[in-house]
Amino acid sequence: MIVGAPRGLQPVTGTTHPLSAVQETLSPVPDVTASCHIPNSSSSSSGGGGGDKEVVLTNGKPVETSSPASASSLLNRLQLDDDLEADTLDLYASTETRDLFVTVDDPKKHVSTMETYITYRVSTKTSRIEFDLPEYNLRRRYQDFDWLRMKLEDSQPTHLIPPLPEKFVMKGVVDRFSEEFVETRMKALDKFLKRVADHPVLSFNPHLNAFLTAKDLNKRQGLALLTKVGESVKQAAGGYKLRARPPEYCVMGEYLDTFNQKLGTMDRIAQRILKEQTEYLVELREYGSVYAGWAGSEDALTRPLEGVAGCVSTCCGAMEDLSEGMSQELLPVLREYVLYIESMKNVLKKRDQSQAEYEGRLEAAVIRKQEEKTPVPVEVEKCQDRVECFNADLKADWERWQSNKRQDFRQLLTSMADKNINYFEKCQSAWESLVSQLQDDQAENTNETNCD
Amino acid sequence: MAEERGDPSERTGGSDPMEDPLEDHQHTTVMVVSSLSSRLEVSVAETEKRNGKNAMNMQETFTVYLVETRPVEPLADGRQPAPDSLWRRYSEFEILRSYLLVTYPAVVVSPLPEKRAEFVWHKLSADNMDPDFVERRRVGLENFLQRVTSHPVLSHDSILYQFLTEEQGWKEAVYDTGFQDKADSRLRALSATFRVRNPDRRFVEMKHYSDELQSHTSQLLRARARVADRLYGVYKVHGNYGRVFSEWSVLEKQMGDGLQSAGHHMDAYAASIDDILEEAEHYGDQLKEYLFYAEALRAVCRKHELSQYELELACQDLLSKKQQREELATGSVRTFSLKGMTSKLFGQEAPEQREARLHLLEEQISEGEQAVEERRSECQVHVGGAWVDVQRFRQQKDRDIREALIGYALMQISMCKKGVQMWSNTKECFLKM
Repeated sequence: MIVGAPRGLQPVTGTTHPLSAVQETLSPVPDVTASCHIPNSSSSSSGGGGGDKEVVLTNGKPVETSSPASASSLLNRLQLDDDLEADTLDLYASTETRDLFVTVDDPKKHVSTMETYITYRVSTKTSRIEFDLPEYNLRRRYQDFDWLRMKLEDSQPTHLIPPLPEKFVMKGVVDRFSEEFVETRMKALDKFLKRVADHPVLSFNPHLNAFLTAKDLNKRQGLALLTKVGESVKQAAGGYKLRARPPEYCVMGEYLDTFNQKLGTMDRIAQRILKEQTEYLVELREYGSVYAGWAGSEDALTRPLEGVAGCVSTCCGAMEDLSEGMSQELLPVLREYVLYIESMKNVLKKRDQSQAEYEGRLEAAVIRKQEEKTPVPVEVEKCQDRVECFNADLKADWERWQSNKRQDFRQLLTSMADKNINYFEKCQSAWESLVSQLQDDQAENTNETNCD
Repeated sequence: MAEERGDPSERTGGSDPMEDPLEDHQHTTVMVVSSLSSRLEVSVAETEKRNGKNAMNMQETFTVYLVETRPVEPLADGRQPAPDSLWRRYSEFEILRSYLLVTYPAVVVSPLPEKRAEFVWHKLSADNMDPDFVERRRVGLENFLQRVTSHPVLSHDSILYQFLTEEQGWKEAVYDTGFQDKADSRLRALSATFRVRNPDRRFVEMKHYSDELQSHTSQLLRARARVADRLYGVYKVHGNYGRVFSEWSVLEKQMGDGLQSAGHHMDAYAASIDDILEEAEHYGDQLKEYLFYAEALRAVCRKHELSQYELELACQDLLSKKQQREELATGSVRTFSLKGMTSKLFGQEAPEQREARLHLLEEQISEGEQAVEERRSECQVHVGGAWVDVQRFRQQKDRDIREALIGYALMQISMCKKGVQMWSNTKECFLKM
């Protein structure tokens, strides 16, 4: 898939992170972050070496502080205000050779003595050698997807994991087995799995492999295949307070908060529109039936009045379709992005924690160093690497997410506009055929009276 | 005539509708009679607000309408003659119509536009001073005048002509006709409805139809108002998208422009409903005209019931008088009468008294026969004229409603086109996101 495709356990090595479109270095201080890999030997394997780090450390500044100039360059990169960049991204996406295809479909209800639940067929087609077979077909239920997501979050904490549709639904309010609910949920699960499969790092996660291939997900034991990063991040204790969050992450955080608000507003508007449309539909039906009733007491006017009644009825059908389309397409995506934002915020928080830990340990080490003249402990180096890795992964995922978000919303809103256009076109053609019918009727009647 | 039988001829003139000389075609044709409108063009051109004192000597503001008349024929030199005009208030139109109703009970008299705004949906003003309402009323008054001046019977009325041409003297003239006294008492009319025995079946059916027409048009107007309310809500809520897209566009870099312009289109979409619904009021007015027409139709039918009932009463009265004469002449008592009873109890009356009574009865019978003839003639005239006008009305109604429906459909098409346009514009913006 990508040059130097990382295998399951190995992190991104060598050159810049494959997800970032821009081939810049990922941090303002070049010597430290040329590579982001876990030192798997005690000797310092990063390009800079201990000496460089010492230089930095004696300043007392944590490595990751960005100078203002580079902060803005980061901001620029993050906000993708260059159409060129976007095109590059898109181009990149289209030249990606996909070798893993997943689909979720075919919902089926299972009734057992203990419970009733739905399973979905998960089909996989792949040419990757990490998979034993080129094709897999098995059935999974929501619980399994939930397990997968949990595992991904645990094992890849520096990455943004796509959201799942809501887990809990209030019994009695929503029918968990209604066709509509199952359909909506299935689409969301399909999206989730596709997003994971498209992710250059997540798609190689062994848990995903297990999910797609194993007959039995041994969920209780759990596969102890945490990446080293994952493990160490998990071990990062709380208690460290972040002193200065680099501005680019503040910007991200603010964006997420505001965007979340806007999503909430749009959800409310969409629901309100649906409500108004439903009530409009009720009145419109009644209105149509009055024409039909009137037709009964007339003779020359029967056909015209019935014609109008029929037309109104057609418009009712068109409105129903519009409302259905809106509720099935628009609302789920809005809600999905709200969940996405939550995920992203969690990742940001974990990044903050990681940085905080690093800074804390660094400070402690500096003090000790000054007192005891001991070299920088490996622990601190590890922390630094972790932070760098985290930041790189996060930024790359952020850009990816922004790009996907733009595509998703463009498609969603365009589709919404299309549905509305479709609705008006249907109504228009119904009325147009009625007009010609009425005008013929009129001509006929004028002739009749004239003929006398 | 079957007057000798115990079943007085209470049928209208004894003639079969199919033999009515005015109706000799399968489809009734309206007699082409030259009407006022063929000579005079009538319009209600303008409106103005005036201040004055009302009947209770209180200051009030009211609207006056400019009634313009212009001869159809151009002047000798080919120019269009200048119009004459005068100002009239709505209340004067009401008086004119009341006069016409009383004076021509066999005519389905065109209604006036509504006195107060009814079947109002949400934002539509219920205020009589609202300029939109005044404008629609102007159109309605013009329609009224054009209908009456083109009516084969009504258009020849001199009071109507004075209404159009004499600003000052008209009111006096119309009151001088004493039309207010000629109006049928409500009680008599109601009584007739219940007690008439043999009304013309066609008018019974027509009355039933007028009830249906009224019911359907009012249902339709109510339903239409509710639909308008809801549609208004749907459009207006979309305006919220305008705001949120605008706010969201500030957050975005690439998506910003597309979102911002999409937002503007949503605002425009939300605003478009106001004009759409205002234009749609014309259709409502057309329906209202026929709602009120139903009442006018019913009035004609009820007039028939009344005149038929009066004929029946007159026949009944005549019959009873004749029976009394018979008893007096033959001495047999068939009907109960106080005189008869007292005679029985207190002895027969003197022959002179009997003669006197017979003589009186003969007079009464003769008067009664005249009365029956008059009533019958009234009834027949009414039936004849009314049936012709009812047919005219039906044809007019079919034409008008059909046209109204076509107009309504065209309006819907226009609204759909606007919708397509606006959402296409919005879609363009989304594609640029």
